[in-house]
Amino acid sequence: MSQATIYEISSAGRVGVRLPDVDVPEAPLPKDLLRDELDLPEVSELQVIRHFTTLSQKNYAIDTGFYPLGSCTMKYNPRLNEDVARLAGFAHLHPLTDEEGAQGALALMYQLQVWLAEISGFKKASLVPAAGAQGEFAGILMIRKYHEERGDTKRTKILVPNSAHGTNPATVTMAGYQAVELPSDDHGDVDLEALRAACDDTVAGMMITVPNTLGLFEGHILEVVQAVHDCGGLMYMDGANMNALMGIVKPGALGFDVMHYNLHKTFSTPHGGGGPGSGAVGVNEKLAPYLPGPIVEIVEEARGEDDAPLYGLRMPEKSIGQMKAFYGNFGMHNRAYAYIRIHGADGLKQVSHHAVLNANYIRAKLKDTYTIPYPRICGHEFVLEGHFEDVEGVHALDISKRLMDYNFHPPTNYFPLIVPEALLIEPTETEDKATLDEFIDAMKKIAQEAHDSPDLLKSAPHNLPVSRLDEVRAAKQLVLCCIPIPQWAEEAGD
Amino acid sequence: MGKWKAPADLKYSKTDEWLRVEGDSGVIGVSDYAQDQLNDVVFLELPEVGAKFERDAVFGVVESVKAASDLHMPVAGTITEVNHSAEDDPETVNTDPYGVAWLVKVKLDNPPQVDDLMDVAAYEEYCEGR
Repeated sequence: MSQATIYEISSAGRVGVRLPDVDVPEAPLPKDLLRDELDLPEVSELQVIRHFTTLSQKNYAIDTGFYPLGSCTMKYNPRLNEDVARLAGFAHLHPLTDEEGAQGALALMYQLQVWLAEISGFKKASLVPAAGAQGEFAGILMIRKYHEERGDTKRTKILVPNSAHGTNPATVTMAGYQAVELPSDDHGDVDLEALRAACDDTVAGMMITVPNTLGLFEGHILEVVQAVHDCGGLMYMDGANMNALMGIVKPGALGFDVMHYNLHKTFSTPHGGGGPGSGAVGVNEKLAPYLPGPIVEIVEEARGEDDAPLYGLRMPEKSIGQMKAFYGNFGMHNRAYAYIRIHGADGLKQVSHHAVLNANYIRAKLKDTYTIPYPRICGHEFVLEGHFEDVEGVHALDISKRLMDYNFHPPTNYFPLIVPEALLIEPTETEDKATLDEFIDAMKKIAQEAHDSPDLLKSAPHNLPVSRLDEVRAAKQLVLCCIPIPQWAEEAGD
Repeated sequence: MGKWKAPADLKYSKTDEWLRVEGDSGVIGVSDYAQDQLNDVVFLELPEVGAKFERDAVFGVVESVKAASDLHMPVAGTITEVNHSAEDDPETVNTDPYGVAWLVKVKLDNPPQVDDLMDVAAYEEYCEGR
């Protein structure tokens, strides 16, 4: 079932658009700018529409099926969010509109800052960072500036557990610090002894995800926070897994100094290709002056009940800077606002309860079929091992590929790195029991197939437009070109 | 288990590099166990000749379709030769990790450290236990 490329349906001389006669004097392009080696497809408008519509129908998305991609929280994007984002007063607002003309948008951003701070028990929030990794970067830069302002320049390290997202050590390095990896103990928690041994006056802070990337709530998180604070370091929480905590645990109350939120995970704004993301950051009193700006402040209090306050964009006193053009990804702010508004405090708590319940349901149903390396009650996600002791040569990747034949998006593969053949499964709260049961059935059937006919897995997928892709070639030949492949690309791929 | 090989004339580190001692020099690569865990290797980043590394220091990166991993020095050493043909054809790490896909040659800066590495029996036991 192969799909012709747009080049293959091209035929010489066919045109899709007829341009009107020129009604201004012609200004020919300079000869040296004219190129005749460009191979452009010659197709009609209808061919273009059919070609790309057909391709788009081959997409797999949360709108078409179950998408249990661990640590990514691929939750449904409620359509009400889209309605709110498309309100003309928001959608058509120019970013350079003066503050008086943008009071509605500023009021929304202010309220979202307040809500995000409240949800995680922090003093203040900034909506500026463009996505999670930039939120992390903002957080570590704030920690850095906090130490520098106090003249404490001997701190050069940030502690990072070995279960961390790869962005954590990358952030640390980008911010000019050295990442020090901490081992995990047998229960999947941070090894407390190793942590205590690493804590000294060269530690600027620690980055930790709660629940961690194994989906486990750190059993001794208070001791972890205490140990780092005792040596003068600050605590950063990677908020990627906040979907397990809303209304249940406030990171600020656990003692964290700063965290980032993924509005595109926890607060249901589009994720992946449908982004952009939004990586808002929340901080306690200590770090509030350093927030990336501008943030929205009330510059004039309301005069009486019928009046509204006047909002303005301000840079925090000792801000680490702006980080991004304008005020963050505003289109995500109004979607996240709508989501929080729809659910309310009780609703958000219910979201986390259901996310945790769904993950534990799948875990309990699969625990006799697959190896679960950390057999504990999990948070909103859990990890299992995608291999079988009595079957040689079947890997997590083969199970994932076979899942696609059952019309499920595969879970996250080979992460976290500390679990062999890891499959990280996160169902989210929006799936009903019937969908979870179908997924569980498929996983059990695949385990049976692995024993009866392992080649079925190793050569999967079988029911998709393309079969097993050559990942080695994809990683090595980085030139993506349609047919005919130009000479220079052929050479670059060798 | 046991489908991977470990030659008897090599020494092994806990981070799965092997070392072949040749007088006061050594050849370093990654073990068959490591390449099996990594899956298809697609990229190698190796140091320059003359670079000096302490024991356990990161001297390069091996990247596979699964993950990117640091390469650690099994013993302290100074790089005397780099296997550029392995860099050009990183898949040889999968096909011949003890032969054509050796990674670097070093001058041993602290030869007694060799005794701290595992011999083949200890390494096999170490891998089986993982």
